[in-house]
Amino acid sequence: MSVTAAAFKPFTRQQMAQRAAADIPEGWYVNLGIGIPTLVADYVPMDREVIFHSENGVLGMGPAPEQDKIEPWLINAGKQYVTLRTGGSYCHHADSFAMIRGGHLDLCVLGAFQVADNGDIANWATSDNDSAPAVGGAMDLAAGARRLWVLMEHTAKDGTPKLVRRCTYPLTAPGAVKRIYTNLATIDVTERGFVVLDIVPGLSLADLQARTEAKLHLPG
Amino acid sequence: MINKIVQTMAETMSGIRDGSVVLLGGFGAVGQPNALIEGLIEQGAKDLTVAANNAGVGHVGLARLMELGRVRKIICSFPRSSDPVVFETLYRAGKIELEIVPQGTLAERMRAAGAGVPAFFTATGVGTKMALGKESRDIGGRTYILEHALKGDVGLVEAWEADRWGNLTYKQAGRNFNPVVAMASDLTLVQAQHIRELGEIDPDHIVTPGIFVNRVLHVPYGDPAGF
Repeated sequence: MSVTAAAFKPFTRQQMAQRAAADIPEGWYVNLGIGIPTLVADYVPMDREVIFHSENGVLGMGPAPEQDKIEPWLINAGKQYVTLRTGGSYCHHADSFAMIRGGHLDLCVLGAFQVADNGDIANWATSDNDSAPAVGGAMDLAAGARRLWVLMEHTAKDGTPKLVRRCTYPLTAPGAVKRIYTNLATIDVTERGFVVLDIVPGLSLADLQARTEAKLHLPG
Repeated sequence: MINKIVQTMAETMSGIRDGSVVLLGGFGAVGQPNALIEGLIEQGAKDLTVAANNAGVGHVGLARLMELGRVRKIICSFPRSSDPVVFETLYRAGKIELEIVPQGTLAERMRAAGAGVPAFFTATGVGTKMALGKESRDIGGRTYILEHALKGDVGLVEAWEADRWGNLTYKQAGRNFNPVVAMASDLTLVQAQHIRELGEIDPDHIVTPGIFVNRVLHVPYGDPAGF
């Protein structure tokens, strides 16, 4: 039976976050980047103890507060109001980044403009002449966390592939990405290149390859 | 008797020279020493190099200092904000120099300055534009780049509590860059929400010991503004 590309339904942002959250085991210390990655926390149940870290010195970050329970001093790196879970703690910026740079985080999940099949990630500037480049903590996270996963749309809005042979945008870190969750598939970055773990129902490997610049492989 | 608590903004700001390197605490609006930045605007020092995580919002505080042409160079990790109009305008016109530094490297450069470490190797930025022109070295099979300490002539800090010895506590995520700014600066100026008697702050709760602090001004402004 052949399935046409028209029959598939891409994951929503929430479904992408849910797919990634399913792979995070209890006990991991995790930093979630701004954008879709932030949604991952919504899909980790509170009884699976995963400790979320925010660059601005918050370890054990909880969900957004009710409107009438906002703590004006308690924000995350995306400058949104958050809560602190029981057992959470505060530290200063250098200690917070020591957690990142010292290899203490089990996982960081970032968004990206491009990921190459050698694990290179570009997620901070879209051209070498960006008027005011802004890197934030992305390079620290990409270089420092024990694992880097990327959560992003499979292609750019105009259909341009974001999973590429070599990044054309300025790099955030070379060879850092271990896994990519997109609205179409879950893909490991291995020594062979991109290895497809799963695809949304109704989309064939050939259809996925048509939306991917770099060569896709099957496991094994 | 040691008393680092001063009574006026003018006294707090006295002695800041043109050409100073000024380190700012704060992340977004939280823990940002807004009153001291206003004091610096009033004080008049110019040709400043300012290091802060962000490059100002709207036309107030750091953005106002830049708009007045008093900042020669900004060192930051994230110059974008909800309203970066002043920085963007000056940057596009070539009227302000920008040094982009990864956020963790920025914090570590301050801590290094405070700890007497002149430079350090880090993996952050290796293989990127950040590595251009920097010394690199392979240590234990991994490549690192050399980053230099960032010392402040002046540091502006916001604390939750302070005593007359300059011991400080912070509130929640208001801590952020403030402790490393305090330790990295020759002249550390603090605005504190609450002034406590000596001994009233539990020694186990002091985050910045007074040795890193020069002057404290009582500024009980309440909660930080929203975003």
